[in-house]
Amino acid sequence: MLAQDDFFLAPGIEWFHLGPVIALVSGALVLLVVGALTPRWPRGLYAYVTALTAAVAGGLAVFNWNDITDDGVSTLVGGALAFDTFAQMITITVCAATLLVALVTDDELRRAGKDGPEVYALFLIAATGAVVMGSANDLILLFLGLETLSLALYVLAASDRERPTSQEAGIKYFVLGGFASAFFLYGIALIYGGTQSTNIGEIIGSFQTSVLLDGKDTLVLAGIALLIVGLGFKVAAVPFHMWTPDVYQGAPTNVTAFMASVGKAGAFAAMLRVLVIALPFHRDDWRPAIWVLAVLSLVIGSVLAVVQTDVKRMLAYSSISHAGFILVGVEAAGHNAGELAPGDGMPSVLTYLLLYSVLTVGSFAVVSLVARNNGGDTSLDAFKGLAQRRPTIALALTVFLLAQAGVPLTSGFIAKWGVIQAAVEEESYAIAIIAMVAAVVAAFLYLRIMVSTWLETGAESTEREAVPFSTGVAVFSAAAFTLLIGVWPGWLLDAAESVTTYAK
Amino acid sequence: MLDVIWLIPAFPLAGFLLILLFGRRLGEPKSGYLASAMVLASFVVSVGAYFDLLSMDSHERAHIETLFSWVPVSSLQIDMAFLADPLSITMCLFVTGIGFLIHLFAVGYMHGDPNFSKFFLYLNLFVLSMTILVLGENLLVTFLGWEGVGTCSYLLISFWHQRESAATAGKKAFVTNRVGDWGFMLAMFLGFEAVGSVSYHALNGAAEAGSLATSTATGIALLLFVGAVGKSAQLPLYIWLPDAMEGPTPVSALIHAATMVTAGVFLMTRMNPMLAAAAPEASTIIAVVGALTALFAATIAVAQTDIKKVLAYSTVSQLGYMFLAVGSGAFVAAIFHMVTHAFFKALMFLGSGSVIHGMHHEQDMRKMGALRKLMPITAATFIVGWLAIAGVPPFAGFWSKDEILLFALAKGGTWGPILYVVGLVTAVLTAFYMTRQVIMVFFGEAKWESHANAAEAPEGEDEMTHGAHGEFKPHESPPIMLFPLVVLAGLAAVGGLIQLPAFGFIPDGWQHKLEHWLEPVVEAGEAHIAGTSAYDNKELLALLAIACALIGIGVAVAIYAKKLVKPVEPQLLADGWKYDSGVSAFMGGPGRKAFEAIAWFDKNVVDGAVHGVAKLVGGAGGQIRKTQTGNVRNYAGIVGVGVVLLLAWFVIGRGVL
Repeated sequence: MLAQDDFFLAPGIEWFHLGPVIALVSGALVLLVVGALTPRWPRGLYAYVTALTAAVAGGLAVFNWNDITDDGVSTLVGGALAFDTFAQMITITVCAATLLVALVTDDELRRAGKDGPEVYALFLIAATGAVVMGSANDLILLFLGLETLSLALYVLAASDRERPTSQEAGIKYFVLGGFASAFFLYGIALIYGGTQSTNIGEIIGSFQTSVLLDGKDTLVLAGIALLIVGLGFKVAAVPFHMWTPDVYQGAPTNVTAFMASVGKAGAFAAMLRVLVIALPFHRDDWRPAIWVLAVLSLVIGSVLAVVQTDVKRMLAYSSISHAGFILVGVEAAGHNAGELAPGDGMPSVLTYLLLYSVLTVGSFAVVSLVARNNGGDTSLDAFKGLAQRRPTIALALTVFLLAQAGVPLTSGFIAKWGVIQAAVEEESYAIAIIAMVAAVVAAFLYLRIMVSTWLETGAESTEREAVPFSTGVAVFSAAAFTLLIGVWPGWLLDAAESVTTYAK
Repeated sequence: MLDVIWLIPAFPLAGFLLILLFGRRLGEPKSGYLASAMVLASFVVSVGAYFDLLSMDSHERAHIETLFSWVPVSSLQIDMAFLADPLSITMCLFVTGIGFLIHLFAVGYMHGDPNFSKFFLYLNLFVLSMTILVLGENLLVTFLGWEGVGTCSYLLISFWHQRESAATAGKKAFVTNRVGDWGFMLAMFLGFEAVGSVSYHALNGAAEAGSLATSTATGIALLLFVGAVGKSAQLPLYIWLPDAMEGPTPVSALIHAATMVTAGVFLMTRMNPMLAAAAPEASTIIAVVGALTALFAATIAVAQTDIKKVLAYSTVSQLGYMFLAVGSGAFVAAIFHMVTHAFFKALMFLGSGSVIHGMHHEQDMRKMGALRKLMPITAATFIVGWLAIAGVPPFAGFWSKDEILLFALAKGGTWGPILYVVGLVTAVLTAFYMTRQVIMVFFGEAKWESHANAAEAPEGEDEMTHGAHGEFKPHESPPIMLFPLVVLAGLAAVGGLIQLPAFGFIPDGWQHKLEHWLEPVVEAGEAHIAGTSAYDNKELLALLAIACALIGIGVAVAIYAKKLVKPVEPQLLADGWKYDSGVSAFMGGPGRKAFEAIAWFDKNVVDGAVHGVAKLVGGAGGQIRKTQTGNVRNYAGIVGVGVVLLLAWFVIGRGVL
């Protein structure tokens, strides 16, 4: 926003509305600065400060939500950030996942004797990036958020200094991530070339005012292609998925949980901002591309998941298949992008992201418990006899797996129902049918884990898994949430349904 | 009672929770009695609801009880609601009634099993799911029960999961049923898309009012049929049911004969207006699949030697009859046969359980014989079941089967007579294989004596249920197992009373009772056959059916009792036409290979192609080292391919062209 006068006028800053971001950044700074200057904190305090920070940020987002319902949407900081329920929903998702991951991480780090503020600070920084991606109203800011998230994730993936696989995962992710970011940035440049702006509101405005020659603005189209490459990489859509299995398997399990939840939520938020909100005029151009990515992800993710023998790798492929499902929702949202009645696509994607984030953190939390007991082994064999050793944990794992398979009375069913219903509503029957076939194939994968857990007996020598308090709390609350939403989804669907107007 | 219809599922739910919490403390046999009592309570509520409905005017007999709104979002309104109408209450009556008897039987049968309480935990969970399935007011509630019974079935099939075969059978049931579930879900979405609701009232209402396009109605009906084919074990998805016999015998009786497998028939009957609104080809497809399944499974049953496998294939075959009825517009006959079949098939499964129990877990019929002297009550009740399924009047099976055949013939056209003949041939085969079974098990000479030592020695698991036996001698089962047999035998004998045909010698007040009762539910879909030549000659047709039954029985007696002819039991039939092993071979061989091939393709070809490109590109630099960095390069290469394709699409596909 340039002022009328010749000199630059500082934009007004609505401090309270920026609350979630400020809270996350302050939490990270407290951990880094105070943590560095003081002796080792008492056990668990790093994790609790992180969890508290996430909770406060999430709570502030709820306050913001109320303000938006009362006063309508607006933009913040000179049009750089969007202040709408979409942003708040993403913020809440990111904060909920961060909170759970912090609880799971606590024990993971302390057992390895690596307790310290760094990992937690990185979690909060990454969460900040994801929140910014969800609220950005400017492509440059969106890129900043993307890089904040990604750089933190690279370091986190490599944070287990003693395991070479962790370092390998970090390096791989870094190299490929940099590659993808370059495409993304180039895409922004091309869009800027075509529209003379990086601000989403102004981009839309330029399409509204300029008369396009049959819509053949090649510069913008090439830009969209490159943006999709960058976003497709971050959401792990086929064919940009190759890094996912290696990195998910190599990274410490708590970090994998974080990547699968916060990383995915942020990336999909950015995708919706860029495609659905900023580029509705090109919806017929990008929708077929999303269709193809969705189908490829569904098929490849589900089929390859079935032939894996390592549970972490299975869940990695299953996350690709979930990305396919979410893309089905994005495709549905593409049908009405930019119209006053935007359809069920956006709400279904936002619901899916929230429910899937909780689910996946819960699943990986159980994996981390089992892995720790078996010296880092996450193969199917390690899960044998879990039901005899730890029936409650096995039950929680079963709840998560059933939900991932989309069984009714779990949140996963609500999520899958939502996106498929949105696709059917837009008469995208083919993709809905493919999605359901993929769900049938993937169900077999979850069954394999359940069979190992419940029906097979583990080696006699296997000790009972230790379940520390904080991890137990995280697993239990995630499972309770999964079931609660399955039985009583109305309030959440209502909330998601109200995400229909976006600040631009 | 209608206001508290939710009590029907609530009692088994309470039983489930109580056993879950206190199962171990209750132990044997208290948890068994608790579970049985809960199902009995549900039965009492169902009876109360039945009389409530009876006191109402026939067209007001539908009561919807909404518990809470499950998914209350503007365009999507789905309630957790139960529907009490003649159809659902009929289902509830026999599900809980037979369920109670089978629970009682299981108390005796599972005696001494280390997981006694867990078994009843699952059984109560099953009854809970099944009652939710039949009481559901919309497709989603029914689907919830549908998934629930599937899960219970899976858990109970692999109840003795120490046996490899039981665990495999469980998995097979799970996977096959997922295929059916997929059809169900698609039908649900299609219905929602077309009508904006998934409640039966709205869907059927739209179908009756003619506001649905024929193509949509056909799609919904056929997709539901795909779901029914999975759940009710029809061609080509029947393979899981014979294997499901790995579960304890009460499970086979309850889930895989009397109740769960009939869910598909129930669903089609529930949605009969949809079927009526669909293209006539849809009905024909259903009738043909049903008739083929009936014939196909009956031929396999002829050569089985396992006492339960005969009954399993027989169940598949009888379910085929029910779908033949559905496809011929004979919804009343389908439900009628479902009920009588539940009586006699549950009776025979429990009877076979009693035999297996008495024979110390021997299931091979070739090692039985002459058991009627040692197990008189089991034998007598089993013989009642045999006469019922073989179609000998006045036993229950005769009346229901006869009505189905009548409707099939009255369907007319090219298919009517063909379906009728297939049904008759199946009836001959049914009488034949059931007679064969009765003779092999209860008559002839005792073959178990010669096998006594061989049978006793390897049966290590006998200790589990029987403790040490000195001499091998089959014995009659305890009273708690015989009581259900006697009750079911009574029902199998007189069950036909609920729907007697309009034969001249039957008093008017006794005819078509079930039809009058179900009329408000099925009036849209039921075929009207009065006036067809088949209907006018119905007495003649009945005589023909009786003749067929007697031929089947006579041939079997000649072969197996009188030994006039040497039995011919082709290995091909014993192997079930090799269908099952063919599917397994495919899924285990080429099917699995296909999956692996995709994995291999992804790893080698896709990677390799990129690798090759990278090699060309990097050729100047020398060799490509097989290191992790090479891997990353491959990945980046694939991203690069994606970039090229996307750019091509946007720039050339959308921009230039």
